[in-house]
Amino acid sequence: MTDFTPTTPEEVLSVVQWAAAEQAPLEVVGQGSKRGIGRPAQTEHTLSLSRLSGVTLYEPAELVLTARAGTPIAEIEKLLADYNQQLDFEPLDYGPLHGQAAGAGTIGGVLAANLSGPRRLKAGAARDHILGINAVSGRGEAFKAGGRVVKNVTGYDVSKAMAGSWGTLAVCTDVTFKVLPVAETETTLAIRGLLDDQAAAAMALAMGSSAEVSSAAHVPEGVAISVVGGALGSDAATLLRLEGFPPSIAYRLNLLQDMLKNAGELQVLLGDKSKAVWRDLRDCIPFADGTHKPVWRVSMQPSEAHRMTLDLRQNVPASAFYDWQGGLVWLRMEHGEPEAERVRALVRAHGGGHATLVRANAAVRAAVPVFAPQPPALRALAERLKASFDPHNILNPGRMAG
Amino acid sequence: MTGLVMPKADEKTMARRAEIVAAMRAIVPGEGVVETVNEMRAFETDALTAYRQLPLVVVLPETVDQVARILRYCNENGVRVVPRGSGTSLSGGSLPLADAVLLVMSRFNRILEIDFPNRVVVAQPGVTNLGITTAVEQDGFYYAPDPSSQIACSIGGNVAENSGGVHCLKYGLTANNVLGLEMVLVNGDVVRLGGKHLDSEGYDLLGLMTGSEGLLGVVTEVTVRILKKPETARAVLIGFPTSEQGGQCVADIIGAGIIPGGMEMMDRPAIKAAEDFVQVGYPLDVEALLIVELDGPPAEVDHLIAEVERIAQANGSTTCRISGSDAERLSFWAGRKAAFPAVGRISPDYLCMDGTIPRKELPRVLAGMRELSEKHGLRVANVFHAGDGNLHPLILYDANNPGELAAAEEFGADILRLCVKVGGVLTGEHGVGVEKRDLMPEMFTEADLDQQMRIKCAFDPNHLLNPGKVFPQLRRCAELGRMHVHQGKMPFPDIPRF
Ligand SMILES: Cc1cc2nc3c(=O)[nH]c(=O)nc-3n(C[C@H](O)[C@H](O)[C@H](O)COP(=O)(O)OP(=O)(O)OC[C@H]3O[C@@H](n4cnc5c(N)ncnc54)[C@H](O)[C@@H]3O)c2cc1C
Repeated sequence: MTDFTPTTPEEVLSVVQWAAAEQAPLEVVGQGSKRGIGRPAQTEHTLSLSRLSGVTLYEPAELVLTARAGTPIAEIEKLLADYNQQLDFEPLDYGPLHGQAAGAGTIGGVLAANLSGPRRLKAGAARDHILGINAVSGRGEAFKAGGRVVKNVTGYDVSKAMAGSWGTLAVCTDVTFKVLPVAETETTLAIRGLLDDQAAAAMALAMGSSAEVSSAAHVPEGVAISVVGGALGSDAATLLRLEGFPPSIAYRLNLLQDMLKNAGELQVLLGDKSKAVWRDLRDCIPFADGTHKPVWRVSMQPSEAHRMTLDLRQNVPASAFYDWQGGLVWLRMEHGEPEAERVRALVRAHGGGHATLVRANAAVRAAVPVFAPQPPALRALAERLKASFDPHNILNPGRMAG
Repeated sequence: MTGLVMPKADEKTMARRAEIVAAMRAIVPGEGVVETVNEMRAFETDALTAYRQLPLVVVLPETVDQVARILRYCNENGVRVVPRGSGTSLSGGSLPLADAVLLVMSRFNRILEIDFPNRVVVAQPGVTNLGITTAVEQDGFYYAPDPSSQIACSIGGNVAENSGGVHCLKYGLTANNVLGLEMVLVNGDVVRLGGKHLDSEGYDLLGLMTGSEGLLGVVTEVTVRILKKPETARAVLIGFPTSEQGGQCVADIIGAGIIPGGMEMMDRPAIKAAEDFVQVGYPLDVEALLIVELDGPPAEVDHLIAEVERIAQANGSTTCRISGSDAERLSFWAGRKAAFPAVGRISPDYLCMDGTIPRKELPRVLAGMRELSEKHGLRVANVFHAGDGNLHPLILYDANNPGELAAAEEFGADILRLCVKVGGVLTGEHGVGVEKRDLMPEMFTEADLDQQMRIKCAFDPNHLLNPGKVFPQLRRCAELGRMHVHQGKMPFPDIPRF
């Protein structure tokens, strides 16, 4: 049992070369903040990138940042904030949901898990902001892909292939992300007391308007009270976020208020209050209850989400709230069973998408596919892709097993 | 690149032409198979017209099942396939090969679904880029990525090239606007990636397919997101005495937290050519002309226009005109949009390059280009997507003068080397194709390229899809897969462990 903690890309290379020669599987981790997601590792050795750390290039005027993969995300967010910039895709923090402190995690993990947040609707996920990588494949070979500029179609977009690969293809040593200025202000319009289907209609209306809503979520009654320590009260809240320059926000808020004046009671959340709400929703705080009750993160077409949960509740008790206009459903299984087949069948029946079991105890994760199983032809292709990077299956073997 | 070497045509395949044509006819009836030299002429080149090659046969399938059967047949018989959309590639991506079936997707031309509540359109790959916007604009929506070729280029081609356009600065490239694909692998397997939901499950194959230049699979359906049209758009036309000032203005606009709907720059030769052609009142006494378009709600646009004007003046602009009407805004754009044909008027031929650089390097790269222009004895006019550092130097030459094409290509290659040297890349949106294929080692090591080719092998182990494009040297998959074992003792006493 060895924990390797290399401090340079060259050291990472020699660890993986050794592992490849020995065919010795490695668990690849940053700070291990997302260890609770995926099939539990059963490897003898661990490759931790937590000491491969540091921002190596940051040019605010060029909107670009490069860091060693093990750089704490908190350090990067702080540095960017000093220049009034941010990772626009708002990477969520799984810590609280897993009963851990907030603020852990590395930038490499952000890419490996393809994290995003409520702004995903407008701004995309980690995959949409990654510009380039340096990495070591499971073959024990160092390679790079992409670059440091946004417009780049030179060769395959291998950096994107790292997004959501959970460390199973290659070990990233350096990542380059596009960064963006922080919006001057933000304001949220809340519609209170809507049922799920009414909320779906209101969100579709708002998103289809020219109000440039950057996030749209619905927190039903019963869940609302767990947002920002009860600050939202207990009534259902349908939340529409506006970001930008003050004169623009004032205008767009007006537009929304006018459009939705008959939808329900309207409430305006300004500045920090708005930020606090979206931060809680980003990190799934309503279900960060200190339990191991299974939590699903479901991505599906927005208009069908509430119907899927309605059908699910015919048979099992589950709490839900919705982000991404409904396209992201967070589900907590109240009876403690993951009901994987049932959940996935319902997602399929409601227009497709995928469900990831983002919280469950290790025994459940060993027994139930955490990531959505794929149809045979796609699965075969994914396996060939994995083999093209990691022919001996030494990097996080089985972690994404579906 | 006039020394461009394409993979040697396979004699055996050439000898079996009649049999292959018959097999295609058995799959695609009627006019879907084109085999006479005269009719095939229409397909012998794409928009990189310096290169021409007749294909073995042209096939225009209409159904996914036909595509699957064609590919399966070709895979089983070792026949090469070149996928093609509208043939507007500027890098020779859809250039035919003598021994390959040219698989033209233009008959896949239907919009399959428009879904306003989820704001997506599902289209067949042969639908034009503009066709998507046209289908939804009556309801106030549009598809944001807008290559200048949008009336002609296909959405499938856009996916294969990860195409960009003026709007991409604010709204992202094709890759950021495609949610789902259906594609056929070379073995005939049909797979779906993503859908109407965000983030496809498993590996990001959608990300890999976007920009894969027809080498990984044939796209048969595309799901894109559409956006509500901004309420207003206004443009500012700004002239500067030096390109440095223009470049600094761009940096300051972005530094102020403003991401314009479009931000384009032209240099003096391009301004002159455009003004001579369309006469829209561009100032002729400036070195750099910047067009900045702001879109959104009127309150926002008014606010930002004032900011941009202030920033322009602070950078020493000598002209700063704000569009007062939509007609005027379009006239600002008319010259930029006509830049290519305008240059075409002043020179018999031109090559359009496509490097990207870190924005701050613009003055250095422009100065370098002036030197190179003298060295190669050829003129160059520049238009750029200024906001994201994507340059389109247009190299003027006359193909009738012996040696001039070769000189133009050498000039182009030198420009791209310069782009890479300052931290940029060979191609921002036009693709590698055959044009930049042999320059790939300027940017990538052998190990980098080998890993990319291994990805190719996972999709297409016999290199049958679009061979001769992107990779300077094709290595056999078996050879690429071999492991060179680094003999293993437990590593490094020097690496910390605990
Ligand atoms: C005047 C002009 C202006 C242009 N302006 C821009 C611009 O502003 N921005 C920009 O990015 N590009 C621009 N281009 C380049 C070109 O239009 C784009 O690359 C476009 O996306 C190509 O689309 P197409 O349908 O013509 O593809 P083709 O040229 O037919 O093919 C291009 C590549 O895609 C592959 N391919 C095509 N269809 C499929 C499919 N269904 N499945 C798999 N592979 C496929 C081909 O094999 C080839 O490698 C311009 C070109 C011209 C001529």
